[in-house]
Amino acid sequence: MKGNEALAEAAIRCGCKCFFGYPITPQTELSAYMAKRMEKSGGVFLQAESEIAAINMVLGAASTGVRAMTSSSSPGVSLKAEGISYMAGSDLPAVIINVQRGGPGLGSIQPAQSDYFQATKAMGHGDFHIIVYAPCSVQEMVDVVTLAFDKADEYRTPVMILADGLLGQMMEPVTFPEPKTELPDKSDWAACGHKNEREHHIINSLFLDAPLLEAKVLERFERYKKIEENETDAEIYMCDGAELVITAYGATARVAKSAVTKARNEGIKVGLFRPKTLWPFPVKELREATKDAKNILDVEMSMGQMIYDVKLATECKIPTSFFGRTGGVIPTPAEVYDEIVKLTGGAK
Amino acid sequence: MKKITVITGHYGSGKTNFAVNQAVKLAEKGEKVTIVDFDIVNPYFRTADFGDLFKEKGVILAASMYANTSLDIPAISFDIERMAYEPGYLIIDVGGDDAGAIGLGRYAEALEQYKDDLDMLYVVNAYRYLTKDSSEALKLMYEIEDVSKMKHTGIINNSNLGIETTAETVLNSISYAENVALKAGIPLKGTVYREDLGVSVKNGIPAKVYVKPVWEEL
Repeated sequence: MKGNEALAEAAIRCGCKCFFGYPITPQTELSAYMAKRMEKSGGVFLQAESEIAAINMVLGAASTGVRAMTSSSSPGVSLKAEGISYMAGSDLPAVIINVQRGGPGLGSIQPAQSDYFQATKAMGHGDFHIIVYAPCSVQEMVDVVTLAFDKADEYRTPVMILADGLLGQMMEPVTFPEPKTELPDKSDWAACGHKNEREHHIINSLFLDAPLLEAKVLERFERYKKIEENETDAEIYMCDGAELVITAYGATARVAKSAVTKARNEGIKVGLFRPKTLWPFPVKELREATKDAKNILDVEMSMGQMIYDVKLATECKIPTSFFGRTGGVIPTPAEVYDEIVKLTGGAK
Repeated sequence: MKKITVITGHYGSGKTNFAVNQAVKLAEKGEKVTIVDFDIVNPYFRTADFGDLFKEKGVILAASMYANTSLDIPAISFDIERMAYEPGYLIIDVGGDDAGAIGLGRYAEALEQYKDDLDMLYVVNAYRYLTKDSSEALKLMYEIEDVSKMKHTGIINNSNLGIETTAETVLNSISYAENVALKAGIPLKGTVYREDLGVSVKNGIPAKVYVKPVWEEL
């Protein structure tokens, strides 16, 4: 199945009942699939008049307690930033998918990973985080959609799936979980009519009383602490005894893995660390994976954004270099292999 | 093989890989062959990506001059009517779904005169989620015919599971493909299989895998 379609089908199976979006390459098959299938599953598909409208429709739908989602690609996600901040400030669960393309500006329509900073550090104004998952295969995109909806509900926060054009457009075999029949109960906060039987449930991000807003933010950061403690995840590949550890996520990690496998077969002591969660960043997992490392090579489809989290996690104790392509250019396994040889001196 | 082959199918059914294989095979036999990248709806995994291969094999590639650039727009900037008229084989790789086939409708009348020497082949993959069911596969086939104003003349079974494909994957798909062909009332023209699998099937078409993700290239 195609990556974009798999994301959509997985969401429907998770009980997502509302999809609002606006078409953009390389994400459009996701919306197109939703247009065809959402109604059949008893949900709502609506092509909004803009990305800003779409994210605010998600905000409205999520307020009523239904599972809601939007998807876009880089420039479109920038437009959604305000709405995402409002949702974080209103403690609303929702899933936002970014099938990244080259930037800045309208950039290109080819894949990129240059929205890492945006997703993990600055997805909007204000003190908040969102959980960010980084799948690297069509199967993992399916798995991560399930996780994203569950964690969004559990922590009452927007969750982002940070994919890229390559993952979205690629065909791979995939198996789906059975459709979810039981969803979490949100009746203690959802605004879906009080029928004169209870107090109003108010969804709001405006708090003019400064100490009250501070208390809201502090409570939210207690939840973030739990997320950081419990929700990190990473794939550690051939890192035992690795003198060089490559850090890479998403499609780039697949490229790096091919290079690592070739190098290992030649006796070069190299491994791969692939974060599956970008926020929270898997700090303790990276420290464990790099315990034998003399060098780290960070590989991204950008000018180097995750590298700062890598350096922070290792407290800059391990020399960390970078290799990346940007603007929609995909690094090749051969290029990564050459970097490995440069840093390790090759097979001995 | 007929002079003109029009190839249609779902996104990801393997149209492009089939088209590239057919073009390369003809060129290797010394035939003049032109391949048209008619995919004007999707900028990823398309015929125009194989420019270097075509150059090496002597295949003529016709694609939008802006293909794979940020200016990629749904426009045909080449003359299909002339290509159909000139000697040599013509392979037209149509974009995904009915949306991709709309542009073809513009040439339906011009191609009508070649109908005895034209095959329009519908590529199916039994494992493709949206066409797993033969009735779903047929629905899309008719949608393509509606917008392209042309009728398919055969089915190509390109059932595969990507890198996980085995001989069994191919063999298990035959009854599906036969069923699609039977319901469509047109012949099953062949079953494509990765050449190293060495599957023995009726009208088997051994093929190389040209269309693949970058990490399978090392």
